[in-house]
Amino acid sequence: MRVNFTVNGRPQEADDVWEGESLLYVLRERLGLPGSKNACEQGECGSCTVRLDGVPVCSCLVAAGQAEGRDVVTVEGLAEYARQRAEHGGCSTGSCGTPGLPGLEGTPAAGTAGASPSLGGADGRPTGGADSHTGEGTELAPIQQAFIDAGAVQCGFCTPGLLVAADEMLERNPNPTDADIREALSGNLCRCTGYEKIMDAVRLAAARQGEAV
Amino acid sequence: MPSNGIPLGTPTKVTQGSRTKGGIGESTLRPDGTLKVTGEFAYSSDMWHEDMLWGQILRSTVAHAEIVSIDTSEALALPGVYAVMTYDDLPTDVKNYGLEIQDTPVLAHGKVRHHGEPVAIVAADHPETARRAAAKIKVEYRELPVITDEASATAPDAILIHEGRDDHHIGHVPHPNIVHRQPIVRGDAAAAAARADVVVRGEYTFGMQDQAFLGPESGLAVPEEDGGVHLYIATQWLHSDLRQIAPVLGLPESKVRMTLAGVGGAFGGREDLSMQIHACLLALRTGKPVKIVYNRFESFFGHVHRHPAKLTYEHGATRDGKLTHVKCRIVLDGGAYASASPAVVGNASSLGVGPYVVDDVDIEAIALYTNNPPCGAMRGFGAVQACFAYEAQMDKVAAELGLDPVEFRRLNAMEQGTLLPTGQPVDSPAPVAEILRRVKAMPLPPERQWESSEGADVRQLPGGLSNTTHGEGVVRGIGYAVGIKNVGFSEGFDDYSTARVRMEVIAGEPVATVHTAMAEVGQGGVTVHAQIARTELGVSQVTIHPANTQVGSAGSTSASRQTYVTGGAVKNSCELVREKVLEIGRRRFGSYHPAWATAELLLEGGKVVTDGGEVLADLVDVLEDESVEVEAEWRHRPTEPFDLRTGQGFGHVQYSFAAHRAVVEVDTELGLVKVIELACAQDVGKALNPLSVIGQIQGGTTQGLGVAVMEEIIVDPSTAKVRNPSFTDYLIPTILDTPTIPVDVLELADEHAPYGLRGIGEAPTLSSTPAVLAAIRNATGLELNRTPVRPEHLTGT
Repeated sequence: MRVNFTVNGRPQEADDVWEGESLLYVLRERLGLPGSKNACEQGECGSCTVRLDGVPVCSCLVAAGQAEGRDVVTVEGLAEYARQRAEHGGCSTGSCGTPGLPGLEGTPAAGTAGASPSLGGADGRPTGGADSHTGEGTELAPIQQAFIDAGAVQCGFCTPGLLVAADEMLERNPNPTDADIREALSGNLCRCTGYEKIMDAVRLAAARQGEAV
Repeated sequence: MPSNGIPLGTPTKVTQGSRTKGGIGESTLRPDGTLKVTGEFAYSSDMWHEDMLWGQILRSTVAHAEIVSIDTSEALALPGVYAVMTYDDLPTDVKNYGLEIQDTPVLAHGKVRHHGEPVAIVAADHPETARRAAAKIKVEYRELPVITDEASATAPDAILIHEGRDDHHIGHVPHPNIVHRQPIVRGDAAAAAARADVVVRGEYTFGMQDQAFLGPESGLAVPEEDGGVHLYIATQWLHSDLRQIAPVLGLPESKVRMTLAGVGGAFGGREDLSMQIHACLLALRTGKPVKIVYNRFESFFGHVHRHPAKLTYEHGATRDGKLTHVKCRIVLDGGAYASASPAVVGNASSLGVGPYVVDDVDIEAIALYTNNPPCGAMRGFGAVQACFAYEAQMDKVAAELGLDPVEFRRLNAMEQGTLLPTGQPVDSPAPVAEILRRVKAMPLPPERQWESSEGADVRQLPGGLSNTTHGEGVVRGIGYAVGIKNVGFSEGFDDYSTARVRMEVIAGEPVATVHTAMAEVGQGGVTVHAQIARTELGVSQVTIHPANTQVGSAGSTSASRQTYVTGGAVKNSCELVREKVLEIGRRRFGSYHPAWATAELLLEGGKVVTDGGEVLADLVDVLEDESVEVEAEWRHRPTEPFDLRTGQGFGHVQYSFAAHRAVVEVDTELGLVKVIELACAQDVGKALNPLSVIGQIQGGTTQGLGVAVMEEIIVDPSTAKVRNPSFTDYLIPTILDTPTIPVDVLELADEHAPYGLRGIGEAPTLSSTPAVLAAIRNATGLELNRTPVRPEHLTGT
């Protein structure tokens, strides 16, 4: 089947999709957006969290066909999403991220084709928009920068899902208590950090957001 | 704070590069951080190649059986299927692999020995097609009785898991279903027992823990024009994989190129091969790139776990609180294949009494072959199981003597110079009493934190949002534990690493490039390598070259060893580069300033300076268009094997010590536990990157918490089948289960190690578990001799 939907503000069309494919599979394997992760593929770990019409979902549990005609935001589009949110004065309706959010101009999908392994330039490393070794110069969402600064990233496999979930929480609740943060992120497993630095990162992003207002 | 007048130790003095920004000791940020937060970091499961196929593994549905027949015809007939391979399709005589003992079949031959053993592999154009094809392979099994514990493994009529063993352990094990046995005998435990005023015995059970790294086993094998293959893979040790893969493929190692893909955690679970050989076989068979990605279900079968263990201990002490002796027997279940079992036995035995002074010991550790899932490396590696048991014993002895548990530990705490049961002196700081003192001195979290003006916040209570209590039946408990972990590979292993470092001028700036084969699995080795290069070469720009097999081996990202060993190799190669750069400088500029010949010269801030700080030249001018490159191996001091009868020997390189205080609240009516705080104090020698050090300690602590209260792979004892291979049924701590983890870091230099550093990643995983158990015992008064603790153990229902 063919599925048409919007990903990070950009219309996408996936052909020859088998009905059993998940949104996660289509994002990762057909659209060249492997940022959403595949740690459990059963809705337990949250590493595949994306926003579907603004709502955080485990994309492994969403059939690709269910995304037809809808808006998806993945970690790859998070920086642009946050930038536009900031420009448009944050969330006025309490349902930020619904289709009402002005059209995102997404960055082009990461390498989807080529004779060498994708995401692997000559050295097997990702070829991003900026410095291919370090990503230096890339514009980041505040929550992304906070995760780096606070040491919340180790192996990083849980990070994309946590970023999408944490960003959505801060959109709803700009001044979360620790208990609020823990509740909001309780669907996202991390095996490396013991969560302390993740708590630090979310607190840091909230504090910076508060200063910026 | 000296406990007995002996100074605890001193920090290392660093002169070279101490004024260079971004060097060691700073919390510089990860070089891969931006890629990881933008989703652009390429993990092994993200690999993609035009025209690639998907591989799938068919695994055994039974634990122990003879294979009567395998029929692949229906699978091969399925449209979209490119290849189906079984044992008969293996290209060479080498059909097994293994870390130490090559006893693991690439594909089952005639027999399967555990639930989930690979039997056949498929390549197809869509993962679902590959799965369906695998399901169409018909395997007829004739089931055999399962061996699941010591009694069934060593029964007189027990089926041998591996017949015709010819490995180097078979000569000293009492039964062929025992992989390895290590006794350690020092002093005279029986005679010492006669001096004891109290003797405490206990039997303990440690459940099977899973590493549960989040990035599934995966990789991409690309066939190459020269008949070789290029594997993009998540692993802990590229060269160890290479040594095992190439012979099975019938290729020289030069034709198996390996590049490290992004690794989503490891924790020991990627020491053994998983899908590496299978992907390469299918790629070479089909001539197409083949990607294999396990799902979580398969991941539970696709890697070894932490050995479950039965531990029997006897401790004796005098009335004044001094240990007289320890006797113990540790039975580790290695499952169907050897994996790292022999080395795990070595650790469990040599570290079996913990960080205490005990002159009279009688220790025995064994690992069994059974039909349970294979077990091998996991963070803490043999020392974890022992620590759980000896710390429970220490509490019991303290209680018998009427002593405070921390005071009793202090009275017996190891110090620098103490002999291990192996007779090896601990010849670096061993601040066991001090870290206990520090962790006890931390302020306690306030009582009844759940109370607020709006009533109880159930999120702070046992049971959480299940709303099972508003404080009724909730009791607080506090517990302490301390542990000792070895750092680096032990028992005579040639535990070296290799680093290639280049220095050159790029765009008018001196730049260092560091190339190693170290597997960055999340620990932050890449961050530290850049820091070391900045410190040693006085530059700000450092490029970390992707890890591959085009450079010499870095050894494993295991045993808390990489910062020590590959960090040491990077430091050493940088020093050699520095000497060469200074030689060039002397050649070019030596006649202009006498200091070139007379002073100690340093590289700082992109310049050559004297130790007095006088600038002699810019590195840019020294190097001009020359590049200086060195590739060199580096070794820590050698170790030796333990004597097979007495266990005596200089077996370990270094030790790492951590202590925990756990504060728990237990709903005693429902048996639900909430860990409120898990404070840690650890000696790290030198914190090369303090932010990463804290992150390692908190992460290790949390894995110890997991196995204290929730994590266990349940294996049915009647079938040896795994009952809970999913994150629905195998629970790891969420952010709601994990408490605050305050950390107090000591930096006491180990003069044998680069910068005085200590490997740090594992020690906190040891003491976390027994501290939580001690706190639950303190809250409930129950004995609790097994971990993890489940609600029924607390309620007796």
